[in-house]
Amino acid sequence: MELIEAIILSVLAASTPLLLAATGELVAERSGVLNLGVEGMMIVGAACGFGGAWLTGSIIIGALCGMLAGVLMSLLFAAMALGLAVNQVATGLALTIFGVGLSGLIGARFVGERITPAPHLQIPFVTDIPLIGRILFGEDAFVYLSLALVAAVWWFLYRTRAGLILRACGDNHVSAHALGYPVLKIRMYAVMFGGACAGLAGAYLPLAYTPFFIPGMTAGRGWIALALTVFASWLPGRLVIGAYLFGAVTILQLHAQGAGIGIPSQFMSSLPYLATVIVLVLLSRARTGGSTAPAALGTVFVPDR
Amino acid sequence: MRKNLLAAAATLLLAGGLTSSAIAAEKLKVGFIYLGPVGDLGWTYQHELARQAVVKEFGDKIETTFLENVPEGPDAERAVEQLVRAGNTLIFTTSFGYMDPTLKVAKKYPNVHFEHCSGYKRDKNMATYSARWYQGRYIQGEIAAKMSKAGVLGYIGSFPIPEVVSGINATMIGAQTVNPNIKVKIIWVNSWFDPGKEADAAKALLDQGADIIMQHTDSPAAMQIASERGKFAFGQDSEMIKFGPKAQLTSILDTWAPYYIERVKAQLDGSWKSADTWGGLETKMFEMAPYTNMPDDVKKLAEDTQAAIAAGKLHPFKCPVVGQDGKEVECKGGDHLDDGQILSMNFYVKGIDDKLPGK
Repeated sequence: MELIEAIILSVLAASTPLLLAATGELVAERSGVLNLGVEGMMIVGAACGFGGAWLTGSIIIGALCGMLAGVLMSLLFAAMALGLAVNQVATGLALTIFGVGLSGLIGARFVGERITPAPHLQIPFVTDIPLIGRILFGEDAFVYLSLALVAAVWWFLYRTRAGLILRACGDNHVSAHALGYPVLKIRMYAVMFGGACAGLAGAYLPLAYTPFFIPGMTAGRGWIALALTVFASWLPGRLVIGAYLFGAVTILQLHAQGAGIGIPSQFMSSLPYLATVIVLVLLSRARTGGSTAPAALGTVFVPDR
Repeated sequence: MRKNLLAAAATLLLAGGLTSSAIAAEKLKVGFIYLGPVGDLGWTYQHELARQAVVKEFGDKIETTFLENVPEGPDAERAVEQLVRAGNTLIFTTSFGYMDPTLKVAKKYPNVHFEHCSGYKRDKNMATYSARWYQGRYIQGEIAAKMSKAGVLGYIGSFPIPEVVSGINATMIGAQTVNPNIKVKIIWVNSWFDPGKEADAAKALLDQGADIIMQHTDSPAAMQIASERGKFAFGQDSEMIKFGPKAQLTSILDTWAPYYIERVKAQLDGSWKSADTWGGLETKMFEMAPYTNMPDDVKKLAEDTQAAIAAGKLHPFKCPVVGQDGKEVECKGGDHLDDGQILSMNFYVKGIDDKLPGK
């Protein structure tokens, strides 16, 4: 029983940065922008987040610094991909490479320092309930925040007019433009939201997960978040399932190895991506029911042409 | 970094000028190529400490330049060549993946001397050097077996290559001298460096009942988790006690300084020769961090073992070495396994209740 509890706790922690970053990317992609710079925004968020927390001693200020850094990075992307209508794929990739270098520069003087990680919720008696107590009421704030964020995004996309307009921009930017909506402005906001989420996801790593900063510490989690949005077929609900599934596979394969179960670890590590490919195939075969990619995803829009 | 690059660029320009070649000939220029940033607190950081020691030792008789964050592969060749053109006549390339690029440049410039870390290709002007880290792992095994209450060790591996496998085996052989029934749980994270995953692996091992964490990955994440849970761990490459003041038992420290100083000295007096140096505790190619957080008798045991290994009285792979299948491994080195067997080790010793990946 204790082992199951421990595994679930690890899975929740491992999934949270994926969920945060993927939620932001989902909104950006729903507006029609493919930002491959998630990894870059995350790692800069990690460096700035740690820096903020280390200098002020406050986890909240650290998280805000991470978000701000993510937004600034995303604005750089928006200026290129939206303002100058540069190819989104190339810009996104450049943003990642730039971010990895920049984070090393920002974080150089924080390497080797450590902070007190974000506290876990502790409600007397409630948190002590066996099994479910710690899982439901003993997490750090980021875990709850990430779930609340997904719910808010779902509500925004499907229950508000603004959400409908954002989705319209992603599905057919020419029509949305013809109806008088400021497509580029809406996309810029969506990209900024994506940046804030990626920055927060990056900041989660040094603030709660492993309370120190080392260059390259995101180690590819931004790319997993990108795969996740596809896996979730751009639906917030499935994103939660996908993130926890990805997290669970990562943790379970470690436990399987420790327990001496003879499944090659390399195979287990590749499972989430295999699942993504399978989901893509299933999506393209059954067009009914689920959502597919926003029709205008990744295409450049220049209003006056 | 920038300052050094600028310095390198400036010397490049100067070397191209007419007047400066005479000056360049007077001072020995030594170049270094690093894989990571100097602040990585691990592998690269230790090489940088050694470079600083060289500077301190020889003062203004030499001039050093380093290039950091140089990716392994074709870019490395350009970086090495850049150092040659800047007038460096002794160049240390400090990662396995620089092997072929270094060799290529070495063939092109026969008058420049190269030192490559942890590779196996050599030339008249290209030497190699590495450390017998398995000796340290043997000591850690003894300490771990003494300190473990559960009798279960947790081991985080990077990739199942001979260096890592021989480390696991040395750990187990050391541990078995203290507790013949010691168990080890091994988790491969398939990465040298992924703090999050290393932390997850450490958590998984502790959750499964291990109470000592050992690692062959580079970040202090596992140490930090052990510290958080009130358990013990060993550092890797460099001093990690900051991340676990009450958790670190010891750490294998890469101390390249004595070797670097020796080689620079040889270069200065013209006696430099290509060689294959695989040093251990006996030549201080690596050292053990202070033995902390353990009772005095364990500390004494560790110190005695260290002294015995350094004096050549104890070999971690002394025969008979018994494989997982219960058969004795052929004893090629007299009373211990020979270097070739250790450098190509691809089996687990008896007592490891796990399967080596790919076997």
